[in-house]
Amino acid sequence: MAEDSILGFLQNNDEIPDSHQFAAGTGIDHIELENIIKSLRGFEIVDAQEFQKDRWFLKDEGKTYAQEGSPEVQLFYAVPPEGISREELQKKVDPALFKIGSSWAIKKKWVEIGRQGVSRKVESVEDKIQLVLQKIENGEVVEEKDLIELKNRKLIEFRPLKGYSVKRGPKFISKRKKAATDLTREHIQRGDWKDLEFKEYNLSAQVQPIQIGSLHPLLKASFTFLLLFLTLSFEEMPTNNFVESSFWNFDALFQPQQHPARDSHDTFFLKVPSTARELPEDYVDRVKRVHEFGDYGSIGYRYKWKREEASKNLLRTHTTAVSARMLYRLAHEKSFSPKRYYSIDRVFRNEAVDRTHLAEFYQIEGLICDRGLTLGDLLGVLEDFFSRLGMTKLRFKPAYNPYTEPSLEIFSYHEGLKKWVEVGNSGMFRPEMLLPMGLPEDVAVIAWGLSLERPTMILYGIDNIRDLFGPKVDFNLIKNNPICRLAMQ
Amino acid sequence: MPTVSVGRDRLFQALGRSYTQEEFEELCFDFGIELDDVTTEKEIIRKEKHLDAEEHVDDEDVIYKIEVAANRYDLLCFEGIARALRIFIGKEEIPLFKLRNIPYASMLQMHVTKVTKEIRPYVVCAVLRGVCFNTTNYNSFIDLQDKLHQNICRKRTLVAIGTHDLDTVQGPFSYEALKPEDITFVPLKQARSFRADELLEFYRSDLKLKKFLQIIENSPVYPVIYDSNRAVLSLPPIINSAHSAISLRTKNVLIECTATDLTKAKVVLNTMVTMFSEYCESKFEVEPVEVLYPDDRQTEDCTSEGDFKGKNIYPDLSVNTMDVSLSAIRGRIGITLGVEEVITLLNKMQLQAEEKSCGNSVITVHAPPTRNDILHPCDVMEDVAIAYGYNRIPKTKPTCMTIGGQQPLNVFSDAIRGEVSRAGYMEVLTWLLCSHEENFAMVKRRDDGNNAVIIANPRSSEFEVVRTSLMSGLLKTLKHNIDHRRPIKIFEVGDVVTLDWTFDVGAANNRRIGVLYCNVTSGFEEISGLVTRIMQVVQKNYYIRPSNEPDFFLDRQCHIIYNAKPIGIFGVIHPEVLEKFGIPDPCSFAEINIQALL
Repeated sequence: MAEDSILGFLQNNDEIPDSHQFAAGTGIDHIELENIIKSLRGFEIVDAQEFQKDRWFLKDEGKTYAQEGSPEVQLFYAVPPEGISREELQKKVDPALFKIGSSWAIKKKWVEIGRQGVSRKVESVEDKIQLVLQKIENGEVVEEKDLIELKNRKLIEFRPLKGYSVKRGPKFISKRKKAATDLTREHIQRGDWKDLEFKEYNLSAQVQPIQIGSLHPLLKASFTFLLLFLTLSFEEMPTNNFVESSFWNFDALFQPQQHPARDSHDTFFLKVPSTARELPEDYVDRVKRVHEFGDYGSIGYRYKWKREEASKNLLRTHTTAVSARMLYRLAHEKSFSPKRYYSIDRVFRNEAVDRTHLAEFYQIEGLICDRGLTLGDLLGVLEDFFSRLGMTKLRFKPAYNPYTEPSLEIFSYHEGLKKWVEVGNSGMFRPEMLLPMGLPEDVAVIAWGLSLERPTMILYGIDNIRDLFGPKVDFNLIKNNPICRLAMQ
Repeated sequence: MPTVSVGRDRLFQALGRSYTQEEFEELCFDFGIELDDVTTEKEIIRKEKHLDAEEHVDDEDVIYKIEVAANRYDLLCFEGIARALRIFIGKEEIPLFKLRNIPYASMLQMHVTKVTKEIRPYVVCAVLRGVCFNTTNYNSFIDLQDKLHQNICRKRTLVAIGTHDLDTVQGPFSYEALKPEDITFVPLKQARSFRADELLEFYRSDLKLKKFLQIIENSPVYPVIYDSNRAVLSLPPIINSAHSAISLRTKNVLIECTATDLTKAKVVLNTMVTMFSEYCESKFEVEPVEVLYPDDRQTEDCTSEGDFKGKNIYPDLSVNTMDVSLSAIRGRIGITLGVEEVITLLNKMQLQAEEKSCGNSVITVHAPPTRNDILHPCDVMEDVAIAYGYNRIPKTKPTCMTIGGQQPLNVFSDAIRGEVSRAGYMEVLTWLLCSHEENFAMVKRRDDGNNAVIIANPRSSEFEVVRTSLMSGLLKTLKHNIDHRRPIKIFEVGDVVTLDWTFDVGAANNRRIGVLYCNVTSGFEEISGLVTRIMQVVQKNYYIRPSNEPDFFLDRQCHIIYNAKPIGIFGVIHPEVLEKFGIPDPCSFAEINIQALL
C-alpha cells in the first residue's frame, strides 16, 4: 500500500526529498503517490512542499526503444551470422524498423548491404541507446555526452516536472484510520462504528430531490374552507349535479327569463340532453305566477313566462341552483328546522377566458336558513367567517342581485395591496324566491358566495389562473406548493 | 354591470360642492354605485385609436366612469345619477312627475294595425314639450338611448326607442307591419331613399347596426311608423328616418318605444321622460299620447278607471304604492327605528312615504316611475338599510343550533385522494369541458350519442363536450410537463357526466379516480399495484378480468369487477393514443368509478 510505505518511510526518516525518486524506488506510480500525498497533507498528517524541476523525458519513439531496443540493434540481430538476402530480411522485420534500423546499422558500420545480400560486419553489438533511454525513464542521472545522439534523433525532450518533498506533519501518525461516509448496517452489526471516524458532512451541498406525492394547491385551499364551515356547524349540500335545468338555475331564483345571465353569451346550454324531463309541477305554477303577475306582496316582473325557457338544460352557472333544491326540499319537511348549509364545487360560465377567468371555476357558498334572521345577522356571520381567514377589516357595499334583497358586496382591506378588495357577494334571499317553495313566511335565508380561485391566487401570488387550474399547470408548482396557511391566525 | 361616463366638474356643480376623489368614492360606496375609472375625453379617444399616452394636460375635463346596479335604469345617465345623489345628500326634493293637462281631443294618437302582432306587438309613446337642448344634455339624451338599448332592451330585441322632432311630422301616427318592398324612406344619416329590404342589405356591412338586423330580417313583414302624411318616422328596431330626425334646435320631442315586452317598453319610456322632462319648459311635465289597438291588445294594459277608462294613455307615470309595517322593516334589518326616521331615510332614496294612519306603525310607500326596481316591501327595506348605512348596522349572530357535516361521497373521495397521494402520486385538476375530439377520437373511442353531454353553444372547440372519462385531461396535463423527471405519477379525483334519464335533467355526475404512470417502461405492474392498494383500503371484494377496450394496448388491460359489474379499468395506454397526445414514452392508466365503492 502506497500510503503505508510513505508513512512507514517517514516514521524512520525525516524526509522524502523527491517524490519521483521515491516512486521509482518503491515502484509506486507517481500519480497515485501524488494523490495520497495531497490527501495526507489535507489532514495535516504530512507536510508536503511542491517543487518543480526541468528534466528529460522520453518521447513516444524513445519509449518504444527503451522497451524493445533500438532499431539498429534489432536489425543487427535479425541478420544471421551467415548473412541473408535483402528480400528475406525485409520479410523478417517490420518495414519501418527495416528502414530506420538499416540506415543506422550501416552508418554505425555494423552491417553491409551488397549485391549478395546483407551481412554482419561485427560479431556483436551493445545497445547503448536502450540503456540510456531506460536510465532517463527511471529518473537516473545520465552523462551529458550520452544525450547527444538521443537529442539528435529526437527521442527525448526537456520538460518541467512537478514533484514533492514530504516531511512529517503536525498530526503525523504511522497508520491513518479510514473516515466512513455513512453509517451502514455492517457498521452496526460489527460494532466498529465506535472506532470509525466519519467524514465531515457538507450541509451546503444541494440535496437530492425526493420522490413525493402531493395534493393540488386549489384543493388544499378548498380543504381550509370546508374545515371552516364545519367548525361553524355548516352541513354540506350535495352538489354533484353539473347539468341543471334553467328552472332550478334561474326561474326558481326569481331571475327573469330575459335576464342577461340567461343569454347564450354567458351560459352553456346543452344540445344533449337539451331539456329537463320533469319539473315539480305545482311549484312551477307558483314560480310562473310570481314572475308574471307577482304574489306574496310582490308586483312581479309582468312578462309572459315561458315553460320552454325553464325546461332548457344548462351547465349550472352557480351552486345557488343546489341551494334552491335544498330549500325546496326543506320546505317539504314535516316541520321546519333551521339549517346552515355550505358547498364548494364547480360552476360554468360561457364567458371569454383571460388571466383571471376560466369557463369553469369553484364557487364557495354558505347560507343560513331560520325564522327571523336579519341583515345584522348576515353582517355578523360574514365577520365571523372572514375574520377566521385573516380578513378582519371588512366593509359592505349595497349591490344588486336578482334573487337577494338586500344585496351587498363584501370588501376587505388588503394590507399588502393597501386597498379594499372585493372578496365576496351576499344577501338575503327574496321572498319571491322563498315563499313559492312553501317555506314559512317568517323564515329568512342569509347567504354569501365567493370564488375559491381568487383568494388562492392572492395567497400564492399566482397571476394567471391557468398556471393553477387545468392541464397547463407546472408539476413543480404542485410539488413545491407550501401548506395552506389560510385560517391559521 | 353598466358603466356611465359623467363629467366630474358638471357633477360636482350639480351636487353643489366639490369632492376629493376619496370623498366621492366614499359617497358612491355608501349609495351602492362604484367609481370605476377616472379618465378624460382625450384619453378615451387615445385608447380607442391605440395612441400612446401623452403628458396629462390639466385643461382636459375629467370624466368619472361610474358603475351602477343592473336594475337601476334611472341611473344610466348624468341626469339620473346627479338627481339621485342630490336627493341622497338632501340637496333636492323628490321630483313629482305629471302628465300635461291637455284636452283629450287634442291628444296625439298612435293607431296600431293588426299585423304588428306578428312581429313586434307593442308601442308606447310620449311627448316632451319645449325642451331646451345644448350640446351636453343632447349627447346625454342620445347616450341614454344607447345604454337602455344595451341593457333593459336586450340589444333592441325587447324594446327599441325612436325619438323624433315632433314639429316635422303630423299626427295621428300609425304603427304598422308591412312587406319590406312596400316601405320606402330616407334613413337617418343617408341622403337617398331606400326600400326596406334594400336597406337591410345596405346595413349588413354597418358595424353598429348589422347586429340588430336579425331581429326582423326573417319576418315577412317589417314594423314601421308613419305620420298622417305617410311620412316614415322609423323602421323599428333598426333606424329612424332622416325626415323626423332630432337636432340641437328641436323643441318638441316625440318618443316612441316599440316592443315585444310591454312592461319593459313602459319602463324604458318612463326612464326617457323622467330623465329629460327636467329640461322641459314646464319641468317634469310630460305630454301623453294615446295608443289604440285593433284587437285584444287594447285591453291588456288599459286604464281601468277614471277619465281614461278603457284607454291606453302613455307614459304611465303612476306611482307604485305599498304598505310596509315598521316592524317588518326593523325585523329584516335588525335595527330599531321610529316611523319618522324611516320616512326620512326613504326620502333620501327617492321614495315618498307617510304613516298610513296615525300611530299604527304602517308606512305607505310610493315608488315613483323612476324606481321600477321596487317590486316588493323587501326592496323598500333595502333602501332603508342603504340610507341608514350598511356599515352602521350592528352586527349580530344567528343563534340557531345546527350540526355540521360533509357529504359522504366527498369524505370518501378525500380519503382516497389521501391514500393515492401517500402512494407517491401528484394530484392534478383538469377541466370538465373538452373538445369532442379529445373525448372520443383522440382516445380511439366512438361517440354513439348515448353517453356524453354535448354543449349547444360552445365559444370554441375547447368547450364542446363534458368529459366522460378522466384519461384525456390527464394526458393533456402530462403533455404540458413532458420534460419532467421520470417516472411521472399523477392522479385526479373528479366527476364525469353521462346521460342518464333516471334523473330529472337527463344526466348525472359520476365520481372517478384517474391515475397515470409514465416512464421509459410501461409501468403496468405499478398501476396494477396501485389498483390493488385502492381496492385493499376500500375493503371491497372484487376481481379483475382481461378486457378489450380500444384506448388500451391489447393483452395489457383489465376490467375491475365489483358486484358483477365493471367499475373500472387499468392497463397500458394504446401507443396510437399516446401519439395523438404527443407523448413519446409508454404510459399506464387506471380509472375507477369510486362512487360505486362508497
